[in-house]
Amino acid sequence: MKNVLILGATSDIAQAIAKKYAAEGWSLTLAALEPGLLGPIASDLEIRGDATVQTLEFDALDFSSHRKFYESIETKPDAAICVFGYMGDQDKARTDFDEVARTIGVNFTGAVSILNIVAEDFEKRGSGAIAGVSSVAGDRGRQSNYTYGSAKAGFTAYLSGLRNRLAKSGVHVMTVKPGFVRTKMTESLELPAALTAEPVQVADVVFQGLEKKRNTVYTLWMWRWVMLVIRHIPEFIFKKMKL
Amino acid sequence: MRKMSDWGNYPVIDAEVFGFETPEELKTRLGSLDKVIAYGNGRSYGDASLQENMLLTRRFNKLLSFDETTGELCCQAGVMLSEILEVFVPRGWFLPVTPGTKLITVGGAIAADVHGKNHHKEGAFGQHIISMDVMRNDGSIVTCSPLENADFFNLTVGGMGLAGVILHATFRLHPIETAYIREETIRAANLAEIMDCFEASDDWTYSVAWIDCLAKGDAMGRSIMMRGEHARAAELVQHFRKGAPLNLKPGLKLGVPVTFPNFALNKLTMNAFNFAYYNKCRPGTHTRVCDYNSFFYPLDAIANWNRIYGTRGFTQYQFVIPKAAGREGMGTILSRITESGLGSFLAVLKLFGEQQSFMSFPMAGYTLALDFPISLKALELFKELDAMVADFGGRLYLAKDSRMDAEMFSKTYPNADEFKQAITMLNEGAPKFESLQSKRIGITE
Repeated sequence: MKNVLILGATSDIAQAIAKKYAAEGWSLTLAALEPGLLGPIASDLEIRGDATVQTLEFDALDFSSHRKFYESIETKPDAAICVFGYMGDQDKARTDFDEVARTIGVNFTGAVSILNIVAEDFEKRGSGAIAGVSSVAGDRGRQSNYTYGSAKAGFTAYLSGLRNRLAKSGVHVMTVKPGFVRTKMTESLELPAALTAEPVQVADVVFQGLEKKRNTVYTLWMWRWVMLVIRHIPEFIFKKMKL
Repeated sequence: MRKMSDWGNYPVIDAEVFGFETPEELKTRLGSLDKVIAYGNGRSYGDASLQENMLLTRRFNKLLSFDETTGELCCQAGVMLSEILEVFVPRGWFLPVTPGTKLITVGGAIAADVHGKNHHKEGAFGQHIISMDVMRNDGSIVTCSPLENADFFNLTVGGMGLAGVILHATFRLHPIETAYIREETIRAANLAEIMDCFEASDDWTYSVAWIDCLAKGDAMGRSIMMRGEHARAAELVQHFRKGAPLNLKPGLKLGVPVTFPNFALNKLTMNAFNFAYYNKCRPGTHTRVCDYNSFFYPLDAIANWNRIYGTRGFTQYQFVIPKAAGREGMGTILSRITESGLGSFLAVLKLFGEQQSFMSFPMAGYTLALDFPISLKALELFKELDAMVADFGGRLYLAKDSRMDAEMFSKTYPNADEFKQAITMLNEGAPKFESLQSKRIGITE
C-alpha cells in the first residue's frame, strides 16, 4: 500500500486531498499544528474508506524540529504534499514585522525546510512525488496581498528549482496554484462563482496531476489565462490599478 | 459580508457568516454574537436559516463512529445525507428516512424533522435519532434523546435551530440488499382515483405522487403514483449488475449553468411540460427496477435547478390537512390553485402516517407541495390558501415557508405558544438563536 504524507492536514484543501487518496487506496500520514483537530478527521477517513491513518504534530515555524519530525515517521511516504499556508493580514504587515516574518516563515521558509528533508530521502530512494500548494498570488505582486504573494512567489521558484534538481533522480515535483477556493480562509468573502473551486476539485487536480507527472497545475483552467493576462499588463498601467 | 439565500432564492440577504470545526471554536464564536442561526447546505426554501449572522455547519462534517453489526452511525451535524449514502450504500446500508433531496445536512434534517416517501411507515427523520448533542447559547452542551432531557430533545427535533446548534447525532441506518428500488408506476385520472390509490398502497414502504396542478375540470388532480420497495438481490436481472448489486455506475451529471430569464417559465411552457409528463406514462400499472438516485432524487441530478425560476426566486407551498378533511379539503384547495393557473410543474402529493411530535410538520393526512415563482399574485393566492388550510385543520411546512404570518403559525401549530415560551427561556442571555422566519412568525422577537 502506498503512503502519502500530508503537511498541514487540517486545512479544507488538505482534508479533501486526504479523502481522495484514501479513496484511491493509499494509507495516510497526516501532520498538522493542531493534533486535536486530527482526531475526528482520522476517524472520518477510517469510516469512509477503511483507510489506515497516522496522525502527527507538525509546526511549520519550528524549523529545527523538522528533521526529527520526518525521522519519527514509521512508514516513509511515497508522496508528500505540502498544503499548509498562512494568508496573513496585508494591512498589519505594513507596520508589524512579526506578521511579515510569520507569513514568510510559514509559506516559504517552513515549506522549504521540510521539503528539503523530504527531497533528501526521496532522492536517496530514487523515487517519490512532491506537490507544493503555492498560489496564483505569487504570479505578480499586488497591493492587496503582496507579502503573502512574495512568499508564495518564492515558494513557486523553489519548487521549480527542486523539480529541476530531482528530475534526474526519478522524483517528480509539482506546483499547485489553486486560485480561489471555497475554504475557511475565504468563507466570509463574496467570491466570483466562475473562478471559485471547491476543495474537492483541488484534490482531484492534485491527485491526477501527480499521477500524470504534471509540472504546474491550476484548479480551474481559466486561471492559467487570467494569470497570463495579469502577468502581461505593462507595469506603468499595472501600478495604477486597484488589485 | 456575503449574499446568502436558501434554495428558493427568495429572500436574498447580506450576512456575516462564520464556520467552525470544533465545539470549542463554536463556543467562542457564540460568545461574540448577539443573535445567530445555523445554516447547513441551504436547502430549506425560504428564510428559516437566514439571519444577519449565520453559522455555517458544512465544515463540521466528520463521521465519528459506525457499528457494522447494528448500523448505528454517529456523525457531526454538517455531514450531508449524500455523503452517508456514498459511504454506506456500497456496504449495504440506507438512510432510515430521506426527503426528495440528499443534499441536506444531518443537522438540517433534524431541525426541520424532514419526512420522506416512507413517512406512513417510518415517521419523520427525528423519530430515528437515538441521541444527540446540542450546544446551547451559553456554550454548554446538552446530550438529549427521547429518554434523556426529553423536553429539550422535543424542542430540537423540528425546532428549526432555535433551541441550539446540533453538534452530533446518532441514528441507525437500515440494511439493504441492493442499491435499487422496485418501482411501480400507476396513472390516476383524477383526484379521487389517486386518493384511492394512496389508501390501497399502505403496505408499500415508499409512496408518492406527482400531480398535475394545472389540469382542470374532470381531469383535476390527475396524477402519477410512484411506489417502491428496496429490491432484493434475487430481483435484479443480469443487466443490473447482479455481481455488484450495491454499487452504482456514476450517473450523468446535468446542471443549469445560468439563471433563466424570468419569462422562461410561463403558463404555456408549464402546461406543455405537465401534459408531456402525464402522457409519457401509459394508463395502467408499470413495474421497473431503478437505482435509488432516480427513485428518490431525480432533481439532484440537475445541479442548480432552482435557477430556472429566474432572479425573482420561487417558493414551495407545502401544506398538510388531516385525513378526515382530505377528500373534500384537497379538492377545494386544488381547484382554487388550478383556477389561479399560477402553479408550476413540480407538485407532489403524499399520504402521511400518524405523527405526534411536539413541533414537527407531519400529521396523519394528505400533504401537497407545489412550486410557485414569486409574484404578487402568488403571494395573494397564498393568503387565501392559508385560510383554507387553517379551516381544514392543517398547517404549513416551516422548511419550505418564506411568507406565512404569525397568526397563521400560532393558529395551526398546536404547541406554538408553549414552544415560543420555551425558546424565549432558552434564549435568555446572549446570543439568541433567531432566524428571519422565527421573527416573522412570532417565535422570537
